[in-house]
Amino acid sequence: MNINWFKYSSPQTFYPLAGKMIPWFAWLAAILAIAGLYISFAIAPTDFQQGEAYRIIFVHVPAAWMSMVIYIVMACWAGIGLALNARLSAMMAQALAPTGAVFTLIALVTGSLWGKPMWGTWWVWDARLTSELILLFLYLGFIALQASIDDPRKADRAGALLALVGAVNVPIIYFSVKWWSTLHQGSSINMGAAPKMAATMLLGMLIMALAFWMYTIAVALMRVRCIMLERERSADWVKELSLKSASRGKA
Amino acid sequence: MQWASWAAFFNMGGYAFYVWFSFGLTALCVVWEVIALRKRNAAALRLSKLLAQE
Repeated sequence: MNINWFKYSSPQTFYPLAGKMIPWFAWLAAILAIAGLYISFAIAPTDFQQGEAYRIIFVHVPAAWMSMVIYIVMACWAGIGLALNARLSAMMAQALAPTGAVFTLIALVTGSLWGKPMWGTWWVWDARLTSELILLFLYLGFIALQASIDDPRKADRAGALLALVGAVNVPIIYFSVKWWSTLHQGSSINMGAAPKMAATMLLGMLIMALAFWMYTIAVALMRVRCIMLERERSADWVKELSLKSASRGKA
Repeated sequence: MQWASWAAFFNMGGYAFYVWFSFGLTALCVVWEVIALRKRNAAALRLSKLLAQE
C-alpha cells in the first residue's frame, strides 16, 4: 500500500483527520482510566509500610513519566520542525507543551502530598524534586517564548532551540536518584531488573500510565486543531470550515 | 475488595486529605483542559466566520 504521508502534513488535510482520531483516543483513555482506578482502589492491597497513602503512586508515577516522555516527544517534533522547516511538526510541539506542563505540575503537587505524610515535609531541595521543578520552568519558558514572538515561524524556531537545549534535563531527572543521594526513593521500575513491587500495584501504575498516554494524544490533537485554525484564520479552508460549522448549529 | 465499608474507603486509613487531593487535582486538570480546548476551538471558528463574512 502506498500512502502519501506528505498529504497529511498540510493543516488542511490533517485537521479533519485529527478530528476523526480524537474520539478513539478519548474513549481509550476513559476506559483505561476506569480500569486503572479500579485496580488502584479496589484490587491493589494496602502497603505494609505506608498504609493507604501509597495509593498516590497511581497518579504520581504515571504523571511523572508523562512529564518526561511528553518533553522528549515535544523536543523531537520541535527538532524535526527546525531541521525540515515543517509547519505541522512545530505545531505538534506547541500543542504538547501545555499538557506536559500540566502533568509536571500534577507530579510535583502529588509528590508533595505524598511527601508530607511519609517524609514529614512538603518539599526538599533534592536532585529529583529540583530537576522536576526545572522541567516545569522549561515547559513554561517554551510556552512564554513562543507566545512572545509575533511571527509564528520565528516563534517556532526560537521555541525549538529552547526545547532541544532543555532536553538535557530529562536524563538528569531520570538518573537523579542514582547519581545523587536523595530523599526520593529509587525507581519503581528499573529496566533490566525485576520490579520490587506487588504485581497488582505495577499493573495499576502501567494501566494509569497508558490512560494518560491516550489522554495526551487526544488533547494534543484537540490543541493542534486550535493552533491550525488560529494560525490559518484567513486561509480559505478555515473560512469554509467556520461557515459550515456555524450552519450545523455548532459554534 | 480492600474496604470494610464506604466510610473506610473515604477515610483512606487516615490519609484521606492527601489521597483525595491528589486524585481530585488530577481529575480537575483533565476536565479543565478539555473544556478550555473546546472553548478555544469554538472561539477560533467564530473569529474565522467573522473574517469570512466580511
